[in-house]
Amino acid sequence: MGFDFSIITNALPYLWKGFLYTVELTAIASVGGLLFGTLLALARLSSIYPLQMAASAYVNLMRSIPLVLVIFWFFFLVPLILQSVTGAERPPQVGAERTAIITFIMFEAAYFCEIMRAGIQSIPRGQIWSAYALGLNYGQTMRLVILPQAFRNMIPVLLTQTIILFQDTSLVYVISATDFVGAAAKVAQRDSKLVEMYLFVAVVYFVLCFSLSYAVKHLQRKIAIIR
Amino acid sequence: MNYNWNWGVFFQETPEGGTFYWEILVSGLGWTLAVSVAAWLIAMIAGSVIGTIRTTENRWLNILGHSWVELFRNIPLLVQMFLWYFVIPEFVPPLKRWMVSTDPIYAQFISAVFCLGLFTSARIAEQVRAGIQSLPRGQRLASMALGLTPVQTYRHVLLPEAFRIIIPPLTSETMNLIKNSSIALTIGLAELTFRARELGEYTFNFFEAFTAATIVYIIISMSANRVMAKVEKKVAVPGLIAVGGK
Repeated sequence: MGFDFSIITNALPYLWKGFLYTVELTAIASVGGLLFGTLLALARLSSIYPLQMAASAYVNLMRSIPLVLVIFWFFFLVPLILQSVTGAERPPQVGAERTAIITFIMFEAAYFCEIMRAGIQSIPRGQIWSAYALGLNYGQTMRLVILPQAFRNMIPVLLTQTIILFQDTSLVYVISATDFVGAAAKVAQRDSKLVEMYLFVAVVYFVLCFSLSYAVKHLQRKIAIIR
Repeated sequence: MNYNWNWGVFFQETPEGGTFYWEILVSGLGWTLAVSVAAWLIAMIAGSVIGTIRTTENRWLNILGHSWVELFRNIPLLVQMFLWYFVIPEFVPPLKRWMVSTDPIYAQFISAVFCLGLFTSARIAEQVRAGIQSLPRGQRLASMALGLTPVQTYRHVLLPEAFRIIIPPLTSETMNLIKNSSIALTIGLAELTFRARELGEYTFNFFEAFTAATIVYIIISMSANRVMAKVEKKVAVPGLIAVGGK
């Protein structure tokens, strides 16, 4: 069996486009997921019971079903929701790529929520009391005192989760979005060069994720707070 | 929202006739469980071995264990699935001949089991290693002082204790494994999520199908949680904080 490198070099521009989408999806989903996830974490820790229940129900639901199923849910749900919001006559054409962005923000928020919750809970209670004693209200306490510390403590975990997210975005393949794997799969099937394309994809992911997780480990040692 | 709910869809006959839609969901559940159980066995065995050798003093075994973990952890599961199903058989001609000649469901099943089993083994190995390393050093030293060989030390002292400590993370890895088995649909294995989508495509009752699948996944993960919590309580190591209240 011959190994045909030219198939990879010929497809590089197309693969690069797919790769850029993967990076874009990872970036938007991690920032959006972190924002929404932090709000969820605050809700889970709040003293308002219904809010607490709603947030934990959401997080537990998202965490107990497979990502593939979540992707399918949103793929069919998002157009219908948009239709009822905008009042359009037919469901709008959102496209797999944009649906995927919404899906991953909503899905990752559940995981980021748990990380931020652990981060917030690791802060000594005295910090909240001192902030209140200084006259800060709840919003100020969280925004200026608790969340910055929680975020800092959790940076390595958040980055590790982002690397996992980077790998998980490959699952948009199931709704035929053209991410890095999607692009490679399309070329592989068109030219029936599955071996070359899938091995290439595996090597690229391995090199990237391996070096990124190594960098995170290094960072973790560097920013560890001596207590 | 403009959607015509029709919960009766599960009791309609499929286009092939003779079977009802709820039956294909049940058969999907069967494959999900079969893949999960078989992969779990591989993951536990390989994961324990790899996790253990990473704590030994032998440098080559450490390197082997470390490479194993990094290899399976840094490639997306979807890509690993493709490698097992499309790429590896190309390098092993007898395997390829078998895959072409047999019913595709067996080839899909075997590929999915090995893929998920080895992927999960890397994660279990990390937990086993962490469990062993969390034990006080005196345990190992005391075993050696009693004249146990390294193998006996692991077999009778370190591993039994480590496994009892790491039950909670093993539970969540087991849940992940069950959820990850849905990725086998990309190589055509007709497991639960595959069947739910199929039901949606035949009848356009996507949301009923997805709701059913979602509920089944929730039930699976809740029952797995219960069972593991019982086991955890039963085998808890006396004297640790986790036991509580004593």
